[in-house]
Amino acid sequence: MKKTGSQILLECLHLEGVDTVFGYPGGTVINIYNDLVDSPIRHILNRHEQAAVHAADGYARATGKVGVAIATSGPGATNTITGIATAYMDSIPMVIITGQVPTPLIGNDAFQEADIIGITRPVTKHNYLVKDVKDLARILKQAFYIARTGRPGPVLVDLPKDVQMASTRFVYPDTVDLRGYKPSFSGNVRQVENGVKMILASKKPVIYVGGGATLSDASPELLAFAEAIQAPVTTTLMGMASFPKRHPLSLEMLGMHGTYYANMAVTESDLLIAVGARFDDRVTGKISTFAPHAKIIHIDIDPTSIKKNVRVDLPIVGELRDVLQTMVKKLVEHDDEVRELVERTAPWRAEIAGWKKKYPMSYKQTGAVIKPQFVIEKIRELTNDDAIITTEVGQHQMWTAQFFDFSQPRTFLTSGGLGTMGFGLPAALGAQVAFPDRQVIDISGDGSFQMNSQELATLVQYRLPVKIAILNNNFLGMVRQWQELFFDRRYSQTCMELPIDFVKLAEAYGATGLRATTPEEVEGVIRQALETPGPVIMEFKVAREENVMPMVPAGAGLNEMVLAS
Amino acid sequence: MNHTISVLVENEFGVLSRVAGLFSGRGFNIASLSVAPTLDPSVSRMTIVTSGDEQILEQINKQLNKLIDTIKVIDFTGQDYVERELVLIKVNAEEETRAEVLRIADIFRAKVVDVTPRSYTLEITGAPTKIDALIELLRPMGIKELVRSGPVVLGRGSKGWKGSE
Ligand SMILES: Cc1ncc(C[n+]2csc(CCOP(=O)(O)OP(=O)(O)O)c2C)c(N)n1
Repeated sequence: MKKTGSQILLECLHLEGVDTVFGYPGGTVINIYNDLVDSPIRHILNRHEQAAVHAADGYARATGKVGVAIATSGPGATNTITGIATAYMDSIPMVIITGQVPTPLIGNDAFQEADIIGITRPVTKHNYLVKDVKDLARILKQAFYIARTGRPGPVLVDLPKDVQMASTRFVYPDTVDLRGYKPSFSGNVRQVENGVKMILASKKPVIYVGGGATLSDASPELLAFAEAIQAPVTTTLMGMASFPKRHPLSLEMLGMHGTYYANMAVTESDLLIAVGARFDDRVTGKISTFAPHAKIIHIDIDPTSIKKNVRVDLPIVGELRDVLQTMVKKLVEHDDEVRELVERTAPWRAEIAGWKKKYPMSYKQTGAVIKPQFVIEKIRELTNDDAIITTEVGQHQMWTAQFFDFSQPRTFLTSGGLGTMGFGLPAALGAQVAFPDRQVIDISGDGSFQMNSQELATLVQYRLPVKIAILNNNFLGMVRQWQELFFDRRYSQTCMELPIDFVKLAEAYGATGLRATTPEEVEGVIRQALETPGPVIMEFKVAREENVMPMVPAGAGLNEMVLAS
Repeated sequence: MNHTISVLVENEFGVLSRVAGLFSGRGFNIASLSVAPTLDPSVSRMTIVTSGDEQILEQINKQLNKLIDTIKVIDFTGQDYVERELVLIKVNAEEETRAEVLRIADIFRAKVVDVTPRSYTLEITGAPTKIDALIELLRPMGIKELVRSGPVVLGRGSKGWKGSE
């Protein structure tokens, strides 16, 4: 039987197991939207294409499945860019479908035409312009395969209107054969053995975990590995929830706003085992003083991330879960040596315990003004262990990373690579769509919230009970902090001078708004929000000039941390 | 130092800009680039001459390999290969220099492919160094225009890029 391009698209999505898509209609996708009416696929109508992509991204981060977003050509497509780039930087599996003007008009500056293939080339893992309906099924099969395998990432499929309307016999291919794309899965056995040797010879090993651990669902393997060798574990912002933060081996986060003990441990280590991490400059600080005494083992699925920023003594290319499993197996074969290792490294763990005691992550809630860290701690106390926390970008994001006890993978969704303000709310929306019964909380700043606040409408329309905590300092806090510390307090354009009544804003959309202005009110507001059905904004009037500490100033080494301002 | 890399890619639209974009987006340098289909019309072969230190070159190789459309990357650094470039040169050929131009052309085995009362157009293929030498000799006569194809290379020996078949 023949099907049209738009029917084929929806059928393929269905066959790929997609039950929900996020999007926004327009002229060049009107055929798809027409066929959606008869499709089992659920469509969430966001209020901005950027938010639709972030929502699909949040859905993907929370579930591990491929997120899907649809946008129309021209302005719809260009509105997706920040969302796509955000997903690209954090390696999130997504397929973005954009409408395109009919093929005969492409390149003619037609109404609502944009060369989205050209525009998205640097921010997608791959992209396709479908010129013939006969290629559509194959391309979609490939798109999903590319998005979810290897180092995951967003794939864009640009679908001209006439291709959507043309018909052909529908056959969905069973397999994908791309001669140029054969992601490696298991690590080279020799390399793994060499890695085990290096570990067994170490005195001060540290495991450094990035977002790759979550992406390959390697948390159990990571835990087994760390416990087997009793090595302390530090994570990046993206690696955060993949290792339980309150585990005795946890050093928590390293880098610019990491813990003193994580940064000292990395600086003093003699072996750094990087697991799905890419040595971002926010993590390494000054490269020349990063882990100066350490040999480095780098395990990653993506060969391009190895030796990009730092020298690596032993690269292992492969799926983390697989490599770590093999490592643990190999370690078991060296039972005696492992016991020796654990004994030998006991003083190392003791040294770290000393640092932890001396320089813990801390703040003080004193006086009548709410400290933002206090709000985060209270939210942590009052939410379930499996609550999904999203953040925007800024100080609130760092405080969330510092003061929340993440213990389960895929419970902390944040824009690490691109640092996109406006990500958290739509990402929370996407996560809540995936898990209607779990607590989903967006921790936000007043600046970031206003970047996608229109999504309140989407939350209300679909009765998605996302709770939004706005830590309102009336500042673009993170930038203000830099201006305070490095620009002599010249607060150029970081004061949000117009005080917004976020409670009224919530009400305008038909959501609930609550406000706390004193420390005493904080707990009550959070409790009430969690008990209230539907979306709720909690506005916390927080200390205006609180800083995120400790801090490694940009360009300084990790051991040059400033502990307090 | 210059490095020559061959990239076998799917012969599809957009692939060239993907490759070129990879270089520009990461600040890698392209000295020359030539591209055309191979014996198998579904595969194109690019020859890229680039420069950079060892670390940059390693990234270039890995990044090229990472592209979905890339079938194979051959880095000729440290390998034995045949390298040829084509150039067309339109050079002044007035009364007093006509003979000299022809003499130089002859020495370099260049062909005269177009003649006017005031100019010759020469064609020559050869290693880029040879072409550089020819250009230097012709320069004093007055070169009106020239175009270089950029080098193309093949590894020496009987093996093709897929190995021995
Ligand atoms: C889209 C975007 N624009 C600008 C920035 C630069 N930036 C980083 S943090 C920040 C301030 C964020 O302010 P707010 O959301 O109020 O959070 P706070 O730091 O006060 O917690 C800005 C402007 C960014 N990360 N993303």
